[in-house]
Amino acid sequence: MARRFLIALAVGFLALMVLAPLIAIFHRAFADGAGMYLAAISEPETLAAMRLTVIAALVVLPVNVIFGIAAAWAIARYRFFGRRALLILIEVPFAVSPIVAGLCFLLIYGAYGPVGAALEPYGIQLMFNLTGIVLVSLFVTCPFVMREVLPVLMVSGAEEERAALGLGANGWQIFRHIVLPNISWGLAYGVVLTTARAMGEFGAVSVVSGAIRGETMTLPLQIELLYNDYNATGAFAAATVLTALALVTLVLRGLLDRFGAQRKASI
Amino acid sequence: MPAILPRRFRASRRVLPGFTLSVGISVLFAGLIILLPLTGLLWHLAQLSPADYLRVMGTERVLTALRVTVTAAALATVVNGVFGLILAWVLTRYRFFGRGVMDALVDLPFALPTAVAGIALVALYDKSGWIGGVLDRMGLQVAYTWWGIVIAMIFTSIPFAVRAIQPAIEELDPAEEAAALTLGAGPLQRFFKVMLRPLLPTILTGVGLSFVRSLGEFGAVIFIAGNLPYKTEIASLLILIRLDEFDYPAASAVAGTLLALSLVILIAINIAQNRLQSYLRTEG
Repeated sequence: MARRFLIALAVGFLALMVLAPLIAIFHRAFADGAGMYLAAISEPETLAAMRLTVIAALVVLPVNVIFGIAAAWAIARYRFFGRRALLILIEVPFAVSPIVAGLCFLLIYGAYGPVGAALEPYGIQLMFNLTGIVLVSLFVTCPFVMREVLPVLMVSGAEEERAALGLGANGWQIFRHIVLPNISWGLAYGVVLTTARAMGEFGAVSVVSGAIRGETMTLPLQIELLYNDYNATGAFAAATVLTALALVTLVLRGLLDRFGAQRKASI
Repeated sequence: MPAILPRRFRASRRVLPGFTLSVGISVLFAGLIILLPLTGLLWHLAQLSPADYLRVMGTERVLTALRVTVTAAALATVVNGVFGLILAWVLTRYRFFGRGVMDALVDLPFALPTAVAGIALVALYDKSGWIGGVLDRMGLQVAYTWWGIVIAMIFTSIPFAVRAIQPAIEELDPAEEAAALTLGAGPLQRFFKVMLRPLLPTILTGVGLSFVRSLGEFGAVIFIAGNLPYKTEIASLLILIRLDEFDYPAASAVAGTLLALSLVILIAINIAQNRLQSYLRTEG
């Protein structure tokens, strides 16, 4: 009895709070027919926004992969001054609200901030362009890879690496043949999360993007713009692209969970 | 026991190559991307005198925005505490048709970009939407009111509550519940004494994370909030408005307050969780 009641409550809550919004996105996007949907999704401004979103994610991802692995490696394998501080610092972006994050970047790298003002005479502008979008996206997504890789490194221990070192392997060989295979599942998980978040970030990006139509609008910003222009079909059509991305993220996560777990069990 | 080894043995941990490279990259990146921007906010805050700060924070508009944000986040957190526990329980303890889909759906708010969530929620709760239409006939309005803010916050932070509580339920021993049952404990006693007590520290964490997330939520909220100053304006939006007016001191003051509030809550959860855990352990 309790079992049925609890399952009904859980199903009801998820259907109303999560599933209904998901269906509403597609319902609204196709409300005026598939033709209008296709027209809306191939609008030049929307396509430009998609392109910018992908470009920004392609810059953010490798940087955060390198940082995530380096930080996880440093924290897991060495004891050094500031190690705990580094660990806490990397978690901070999760606690900072998106608007506050954007503001922080503006206050330091913007024209009125110390770094931004110092660079201005050289004609270098960091905010209100692609650089600004990339910088805040780096901030927002930097904990993901580190968080997934660190526990794997902690559990696997350094024995294999020390053994390889004793057998004469150099740093790159140790990384390539021992560390990378060990962390591959965690790394893949981190890559999926980083990509999804980088492409979907709204608040922080909206502070620093400058919002120039067709130029510095990422897809989430373009959705807001279309929505405020009373172009509901356009907004929801663009939203289906990001929703599809979110669904792919969930499927990849599920697959990684399954295969990752199998791998762990087989060790 | 590494703690009692002489220093030079501990230093030998650094035999693995890559120390300079990995620490160098980490420190450089964390400095430029995390520490420096946060310092930027502190630097601007430091230029405000306490009187300036109080003048900015003391205005009716800022106080209302903070109150709207905190109260909405609080209600959303209570709802997520209750349903987070139910969802985590159902997902870990029961096997039934559709469980896998439910498990994936729990993560959807985390994966779905907040702007998309925002317009989806308006589409549902607006008078022309499925839920909003039904509510309208009952004389209720959710979209463009405080209640809309609560709904958006529930949506974006439910995964944090569920995923924080789930591992703790997995660790609970069903045998203890069975033992309580055979010893004649009633359902309420079983729920509160055997089940809820050991879960309290994790529920606290889940609820705390969900609260912090709600405090800072922006994208999902602004579409459904209505954004009327003195009524349905959240703190994050007010920061953005002040920023557009180039009123950097006011923007920094509100942002600093919001950030401090989030950090204090996170630290408090950490401390409370440690205390509670050791308390529960000594109580046996």
